[in-house]
Order: sequence, then C-alpha cells, then structure tokens
Amino acid sequence: MNDFQLRELLEEIKDPEVPVLSILDLGVVRSYTVTGKVVDIVLTPTYSGCPAMQVIEDDIVTILKKNGVRDVNVEMVLAPAWTTDWITKKGKQQLKEFGIAPPEKSSVDKSSITGDAKFIGCPQCNSENTEMISQFGSTACKALYRCKDCLEPFDYFKCL
Amino acid sequence: MTEQDALFDYCLRIGDSSLIIGHRLSEWCGHGPILEEDIAIINVSLDLVGQARSVLDYAGKIEGKGRSEDDLAYLRDVAFYRNHLICEQPNGDYGRTIVRQFLFDSFHYLFLNELVNSKDDFFSGYAEKSLKEVTYHMQHSTKWMLRMGDGTEESHGRVQEPLNDLWRFTGEFFAGNEVDEILTSTGIAVDLNKIKPKWQQYVRSIVEDATLTLPTNNWEQLGGKEGRHTEHLGFILAEMQFLPRAYPDATW
Repeated sequence: MNDFQLRELLEEIKDPEVPVLSILDLGVVRSYTVTGKVVDIVLTPTYSGCPAMQVIEDDIVTILKKNGVRDVNVEMVLAPAWTTDWITKKGKQQLKEFGIAPPEKSSVDKSSITGDAKFIGCPQCNSENTEMISQFGSTACKALYRCKDCLEPFDYFKCL
Repeated sequence: MTEQDALFDYCLRIGDSSLIIGHRLSEWCGHGPILEEDIAIINVSLDLVGQARSVLDYAGKIEGKGRSEDDLAYLRDVAFYRNHLICEQPNGDYGRTIVRQFLFDSFHYLFLNELVNSKDDFFSGYAEKSLKEVTYHMQHSTKWMLRMGDGTEESHGRVQEPLNDLWRFTGEFFAGNEVDEILTSTGIAVDLNKIKPKWQQYVRSIVEDATLTLPTNNWEQLGGKEGRHTEHLGFILAEMQFLPRAYPDATW
C-alpha cells in the first residue's frame, strides 16, 4: 500500500456524528505513514471528552485491516491542540449542507467571554437574523441556535 | 517525597478535581431545570471527565506501576484522592451548583492559563487543549451568576447563600504543599501565589456585578490535596466505583 491508497481509505472514514464529513476534512489526522505492512496514524482529539474519537479510532483499524494492512498503530497526540481552523473549506461546506452552521472564526471566539453577539448564517435559509439559544448543544462541539426568519433551530459548530 | 512522587500526586490533584466535579455535574443529567441547561451542564461534565481521563492516564505512566486511568479512577479509596474539597460538595439546587462551578471554573481557567508554560510537555499540551473548553465553562457559570444574582429576590438568595457557604473551600485553591514546592522549583507546577490575586479580582468583580456580597469569612478548609476529605467523597466513590468493583471483569 502506498500513501495515495492510504489517503483514499482514510477519506472513507467519516465523523460518526456527521456521516458526510471525512476525518481528513475534520482535520484530526495529524500524520499517516506506511512502512511495509504497518501503518502509523497520529490523531489529535477534538474535544477532551468526545466519545466519537474512540469510534473513529476503531473505524480506522477496521478499514485498514480489511484492506490488507497487518498492523495499525493509532496514536493520540494532544499538542498542538486541535482547532476548528483545521477543518478544510470542503469540510465546512459539507457541514453546512448537512444542516450544521460551520465555525466562523479561528480559535475560541473572544466574544464568548465578552458575550457579544456573533452573526451566524442559518444553514437552511442563509439568513443572518439568528440568535443563540445555548452555548452548549447536542454534542460537546456544538452550540444551539435558532433562525428568526425561517424559525428552524440549528446546530453551530463552535470555534475552538 | 521524590520528584516522581510529587509529579504523580500533582497529576492526581488535577485529574481528581476534574473527575469529581465532572461526576457531580453528571448527577444533573435528566434533571436539569430547563432542557438547555441540562444539556449545557452535562457538556461541561463531559469535557471535565475527558480531561480527567487524559491526566489520569499520564499519572499511571508517571507512577510506572502499570495502573491505567480506569484503575486509578475506580480502584482508589477516599484517602488516595487528591481533589479540591469544593469539587465533592453536593449539587443542591441549580443556584448552589452554579456558585460551586463559578468558583471552580474561574480558578481552573487561571490555573490552566499558567500551566501552558509548564516545563513538562504533557502538562503544557494538556493545558493548551483544556483551556479552550474551560473558557466556555467559565463563560457559562459567570453568565448564570450574573443572571441569578442580579435576578429576582428568590434567585439572588439562592446564590448568595451557597456563596457564603462554599467560600471556606476557596482558600484551598491557593494553598500549596510539599508537592508544589518540589515542582515549582523545576518549572513544572503553577505558582499558585501568582494566580491568587487574579482570581480574587475576577470573583470580586463578578460578585459585584451580580449585586451579591463577597463573603468576609476567611476560614480556609484544607485537606483535599492530602487525602483528608469531607464526608461527601465516600458516597460519591461508592456510587461511581460500584460497577467495576462488583464486576471486575465487566466489559462494554
């Protein structure tokens, strides 16, 4: 197996919560190397308590072993810390199409401390007439918003 | 105490504090006052337990006796836990939970903000990662302090009373012991004297904005960092540790 084939396989592995988003577009794969029949993958976890990381790790091992890899070593590295900046442009587009508003700015928004409002576009109707209901949403990485035009609630992928 | 012992103890202090207060918050799951807060508080809980896992895993490696994060979380008794006493205090009503969280989150934020400079690579990476999440925790508990303090007479009373009651546990945040002496000299641990005035200033300003009164009782209840806990930790561990202790070969 070469790097290109490995990359194609990794592209198949999706975020368990967002089945259209690959782990490559999510930006959690720090590096991958093939040495003969051994593959080493280094991941950086998104949130400390994210339960999806274990599923992603298991999926990597399963898919690679199915494709002839003898040994898969998955290492979790904390530093440098994962940031939403690492989500690719394609990834952000896929989030929006899935109904999740993609992260707007880089790193933890200072407005989250000052409490100033941010204008997040509704993934359904694109209106900016939206409001935050809660900084904490259905999963650790998301906040809950509501569109005041189309009246649909939606998740916002928080900047980290 | 050797430097290795001190480092192991320091890991437990950080990990246990997050684990125990994270566990307390998980007690709200399904019982939150409103749906959004039920979700918010367990999100905070999840972050803290996730952070605790990371540190306790490191602790096991430092100790070098083959203990995993699970062994440390589930098979240690009260006297071996090193969390701050405030973490094990009961939830009470949501006002009391928020006050406890506010006092802890503000300390936790400032602590991690300094820990990023640790000479220990794990701690600096851990601090950088955790700080991002704890920033949201601190914002959440601060906002609720303001809402409830500067709210109705009822809500005001329900935060003033726990503030008076929990104040005696805040001194422990900044009371260093032999572990801090050993580790600050090698640039690994945070200098607690450095963050104390920042914490005091922050808490004072929020308490004022929330129209609350800062308690004047300066009694400092200590002991958590040495394994001398309040009566609450025993009950927490009995519940938290029951399953793995009763069924040691259970797997998911």
